[in-house]
Amino acid sequence: MLIAILTGFVFAILLFFGGKNIVSGKLALLPALIPLSLFIYFVRFIKDISNNEIVHKTYEWIPSLGINLSFTLDGLSLLFSLMITGIGTLVFAYTSAYLKGNNYLDRFYGYLAVFMAAMLGLVLSDNLISLFVFWELTSISSFFLIGFNNTSLASRKSAFTALGITGLGGLLLLAGGLVLGSITGTYDISEMLQHKDLIANSDYYLLVGCLIFGAAFTKSAQFPFHFWLPGAMKAPTPVSTYLHSATMVKAGIYLLFRLSPLMGSTNFWNTTLTIVGLITMVYSAFHCLFRTDMKGVLAYSTISALGILVFLIGLGTQESFLAAGVFIIVHALYKATLFMVTGVVDHQAGTRDITQLSGLRKVMLPVAIAGILAAISNAGIPPSIGFVGKDLIYEGTLHLENSAILLTAFAIITNVLISYAGYVAGVKPFVGKLPEKFEKVKFPHFLLWFPPVLLAVAGFVFGVFPFLLQDSLVKPIVQTTGLNTSEIHLKLWHGFTPVLGLSALTIGSGLLLYFLLKPSKKLEQFIAKFDKLSPKSIIENVVLGFTNFSGFWTSTFQSGYLRNYISIIVLFLISLMGFTLLDGTTYKVDYSSFARITVYEVVILTILVLSIGLIVFAKSRLAAVVSTGIMGYSICLLFVFYSAPDLAMTQFAIDTLTVILFVLVLYKLPKYLNLSDYKMRIRDGILSIAFGGLISILALEVLAQPVNSEISDFYAKNSYLLAHGKNVVNVILVDFRGADTMVEISVLAISAIGVFGLLKLRLKSVERFQK
Amino acid sequence: MEFLLAIITGLLYAAGLYMMLRRSMVKLIIGLIIISNGANLLIFLLGRITKGHPPIIPDGSKVFTEIYADPVPQALILTAIVISFGLQSFAIILIKRAYQAVKTDDLDEMNTIEEEIK
Repeated sequence: MLIAILTGFVFAILLFFGGKNIVSGKLALLPALIPLSLFIYFVRFIKDISNNEIVHKTYEWIPSLGINLSFTLDGLSLLFSLMITGIGTLVFAYTSAYLKGNNYLDRFYGYLAVFMAAMLGLVLSDNLISLFVFWELTSISSFFLIGFNNTSLASRKSAFTALGITGLGGLLLLAGGLVLGSITGTYDISEMLQHKDLIANSDYYLLVGCLIFGAAFTKSAQFPFHFWLPGAMKAPTPVSTYLHSATMVKAGIYLLFRLSPLMGSTNFWNTTLTIVGLITMVYSAFHCLFRTDMKGVLAYSTISALGILVFLIGLGTQESFLAAGVFIIVHALYKATLFMVTGVVDHQAGTRDITQLSGLRKVMLPVAIAGILAAISNAGIPPSIGFVGKDLIYEGTLHLENSAILLTAFAIITNVLISYAGYVAGVKPFVGKLPEKFEKVKFPHFLLWFPPVLLAVAGFVFGVFPFLLQDSLVKPIVQTTGLNTSEIHLKLWHGFTPVLGLSALTIGSGLLLYFLLKPSKKLEQFIAKFDKLSPKSIIENVVLGFTNFSGFWTSTFQSGYLRNYISIIVLFLISLMGFTLLDGTTYKVDYSSFARITVYEVVILTILVLSIGLIVFAKSRLAAVVSTGIMGYSICLLFVFYSAPDLAMTQFAIDTLTVILFVLVLYKLPKYLNLSDYKMRIRDGILSIAFGGLISILALEVLAQPVNSEISDFYAKNSYLLAHGKNVVNVILVDFRGADTMVEISVLAISAIGVFGLLKLRLKSVERFQK
Repeated sequence: MEFLLAIITGLLYAAGLYMMLRRSMVKLIIGLIIISNGANLLIFLLGRITKGHPPIIPDGSKVFTEIYADPVPQALILTAIVISFGLQSFAIILIKRAYQAVKTDDLDEMNTIEEEIK
């Protein structure tokens, strides 16, 4: 199973090296063999799965953290695997004709293969952490695929939005997984199921629920995160077919389905899902009415379909899970078809504008057949599988204990609107008169029309013979929720029941709506007025505000001026320490413990103060440098007074050298000017005095504390005994801490090399300047 | 005396910071020198001051027989003085060369110069 997942990745890497040779020319169909072989591989499991066997494989990854590559193949993951590889095969083949001659076809196949592998990994993972990894991989490959036309600004923007929304959701999934893992002590979903009570009774149940919802709703484009999906339609149509209708957007559905037995059956879980699903399905189905781009219509109807699925999972009954399972299949079959049909129309006729397209059946009959069949399945007209699916949805809502009528009414409204969307995308372009400009449209390539026809026909085969799906897929899917499956019988004809009446009502209203309401630019402009209120623009404004804020933040704190950085750091230090000092300082200075003041000390201190004053207020550079020297010598004398002869000697030598160096370079420098204005100097002066005062107070505070001389005592005691030296300071430097001194010397050496290098550096630009 | 030294240390810090906040690069380096002196004095002061008893073991004795100045801060400061000299000398030469290259000693102008120095 690991190999099945890795194949896609390996293929993508091979493309990286093999590049264009593999996918161009006669070999263009080669990539399609990979999903095809995987499809066959998974078909072989149908028998096992229908016998209630569950295939489980574990490969150790990071066992110490409980993170393993454990894969489970049960009804639900088998359904998704078959969709991923089955539709994948068709999409891979379709792409070879759709993007024929594209310069970056190899890249495209690479992304597609990575996506397929990641999606397989996602639905097969039993471990929440590896599920997260694959989840994010699908987001990333989706990002590249949406932005495939990377010369278009809109494409790049949409790709970015999609990545932002779904990537964020992925992080929520990780957080949710970690909390679940800490509650149950395992990351394997199958093991978590044994600790169901722990989760339900946990204090963190609501938190986990919100995190998981966040992940699922962003990935599956639920309101109010739905807006990335219409944007994602900027991707080439094969991508929209594959990722944004059939597989990736269903990852959130998959997650909810998978975790329903674990976290479901609570009020919070069911109510939230039902309400969010309801809002999404009605809101976006309604939006279909106002689109004129075929892909736009399909995008909103896809969101609506995802809303239906969330809604059904939220209902949480056996019938609703059954309806959801069947509807996943139904939707994948007709929606992928419709997208491919859109792609062909776009490819051949050069437009997707529904107000212009008509009569295309005369130039591309097979495509028209596919589109019309898909629209029929979409509208739930017998004998398509769509009819079976829609009946199950109504049965699910009608048999509810609470508010059955209300929820059924919403389901009907949604279905009517969705069927309208199907007619618009699947029927409208092909009926009526063929306009002159489309008369010369060429007949599409075999690989363009065959995949949609195949899928559309499959929808009817399953519709006529629903038992094909019953035991093989549908029962095992419902089984994964832990509910009883013995009474499941998929049938096309149920006899004259209320559900049949509702079906007829839906179909009738849908057709009526299609004949009454023609898609027009006016409607599109009408809805555009409300764009400001849509979640999309609200979130975009939030993002914009955030960008502006961080821009402001950065330019305030990262001004590029050294003095601003220093000022901010010092100001922060002063306020923080000042606040602490205000709180716990006694300000009692014990003068009695201090040494007595003598005259020569006062003289030196006076000289020191004067020299500091001179440095600060000097008008000439030479005066400032000389005062610096005087300051250094005064400190040197202080060292002499207070028993530090070594320090005094060093300070003396170094100070002399510094002054000499300074004087040496002085004559090369420009006039010594006061560059800052009066105000600034006052401000800096206040800041500096506050800083100096803080240091003084700190010093006094520390002086009031007892001194710990343990280390000094050790050195003093052992200086002669261990190191045979009488000058303790020297012994510390060259013996006890000899290695440190060694490093210090190398620092000096590096500095010396730097100085030497700078002096020897020849500046060519200097000559240019002088010219 | 310690009280006065504490005030002086604060003064050194204040003057050093003030100089570092100036726009001239020469002043920046002078500020750096003052602050490092202030830091040395602070360390020295916090190790407590002792008059007339350098940390040198008297002749004919193997250990100290009377009080002595704390040797650890002195060792630290010695290191600090030498290292800061390394920094200062490098910085001073750097100003010289920078001035030759960009003809200014104003940090703000250096900031905006986009001439590449080859």
